[in-house]
Amino acid sequence: MTAIRQPFLSASALDKSFVLHAQSGQQLDVMRGLELRLMPGECLVLAGRSGIGKSTLLKMVNGNYRVSAGRLTLHFEDGELELSNLPAQAWHVLRRDVIGYVSQFLRVVPRVSARQVVMEPLLSQGVAQDEACRRAEALLARLNLPKRLWDLAPGTFSGGEQQRVNIARGFIAEHPLLLLDEPTASLDSANRDVVVELIQEAKARGTAMLGIFHDEDVRERVADRQLPLEAHMLSAGDASTAVNNDTQESPR
Amino acid sequence: MKRPQLIRPALLEARNITRLYGPKQGCEEIDFTLHQGEVLGIVGESGSGKSTLLRVLSGLEKPDNGQVIYHRSEPSFSELTGTDLTSPELTSPEPAHTGLGGAEGALDLYAISEARRRALLRMEWGLVHQNPRDGLRLGVSAGANVSERLMALGQRHYGNLRAASQDWMGRVELDPRRIDDAPRTFSGGMQQRLQIARTLVTEPRLVFMDEPTGGLDVSVQARLLDMLRTLTRQLGLSVILVTHDLAVARLLAHRLMVMRQGRVVEAGLTDQILDDPQHDYTQLLVSSVLTP
Repeated sequence: MTAIRQPFLSASALDKSFVLHAQSGQQLDVMRGLELRLMPGECLVLAGRSGIGKSTLLKMVNGNYRVSAGRLTLHFEDGELELSNLPAQAWHVLRRDVIGYVSQFLRVVPRVSARQVVMEPLLSQGVAQDEACRRAEALLARLNLPKRLWDLAPGTFSGGEQQRVNIARGFIAEHPLLLLDEPTASLDSANRDVVVELIQEAKARGTAMLGIFHDEDVRERVADRQLPLEAHMLSAGDASTAVNNDTQESPR
Repeated sequence: MKRPQLIRPALLEARNITRLYGPKQGCEEIDFTLHQGEVLGIVGESGSGKSTLLRVLSGLEKPDNGQVIYHRSEPSFSELTGTDLTSPELTSPEPAHTGLGGAEGALDLYAISEARRRALLRMEWGLVHQNPRDGLRLGVSAGANVSERLMALGQRHYGNLRAASQDWMGRVELDPRRIDDAPRTFSGGMQQRLQIARTLVTEPRLVFMDEPTGGLDVSVQARLLDMLRTLTRQLGLSVILVTHDLAVARLLAHRLMVMRQGRVVEAGLTDQILDDPQHDYTQLLVSSVLTP
């Protein structure tokens, strides 16, 4: 390809801080000056010690956390979309059609069956009931979730079973951007392999992925690059420390 | 990938609405826009003015100040089925721009006549009360409750009305064979589902709900939440939902407004309000929730 490769997601001088009113307005700076460029078909893995705030970045991209300063941008064929100042209603469509999110914990209406939970992203896109059902069952079978559980609500499932429902729900709609927050944390090796396959297939489709993987083996197999966050993540104590941005992956 | 169409047309606008019964009793200077297909949650503790606001928005109580603007753009169910032609309110002469008879454009809720406001509530809007007994007619059968709004739209064919009632009882998971039973023989959760069927049977464009899952057992509440989510998706409903339950708000509402002492202290995407609240009152509210 001769065309200039354009990222699907980029961040520039991204800051995040929280103001805690219950603690007399204490400001907690957790991210400073983050830069990233994520290409279509690429899996970028966030690296850094536990508790450093890797999930914070995913939550900013998914709209759960506000951007305190800087830019967070989606690049579409016909123009950019700045996420840091998006009106609330725009997120409804983005989450339906563009951004998929596999969170650490499954949060769904109680007493809704696993099959229905997985079908929901497709139904909200207007996919017909029977096709959504067929695709949900195929994915649940692939993730080795026993058939007898498909009609049951995931609330009573084990951690690993819930996580597989969560993964199926995250992958089913084939969003062009996927955020993966430790999707393999409580899976056995056979199911970890299935998730690695799903990620490879998503890459082949051109899905851009931003992920957190504590499992070193999985990380090695899926990561195209790693983004070290240490330089941009601040604990409350050293909030005022100036941060040097030159650990950047983009040569500019 | 092309940039998706992100902005949907406005359906209802609150413009600087104030309705006060006394200092800080009621709601003050409320401004927002509800878009088509959006579920907006209004949260806050009791006495925060959320129910007053809902009454003003739904045409039940004239504000001291401000306007409620309803945008009619597409033909409604009643227009598509041609059932509103016999309704006397709609055929009475009134300037076209405020009329309900298929006129397009903005409708100022409290500038039109009382009769037209009521017609709007009956034909294009729906109201689900917290207590199902406020929204049901207890003296008539379940089926008559469900078909009443259809009859108000001019449908008279007994067989069709009965079929529609049975269909809707099934959709809200009530046994259609109980069509002739009186609502007072139903449990609280069943009455609430019957009220929802009665409200949605005309496929309204905009539905107001006041604590729809309040006062129900948690197991019944979960089923009702799932049903409301499914129906709003299937019918493309726009909903304004008042609740004090943040867990209900998380599961049902796309967007939240947090009210305190009659004013909106914070508004935005539901996940953002609950995961990254900015205002000190919202932070207090979110951190006070019990999680089992």
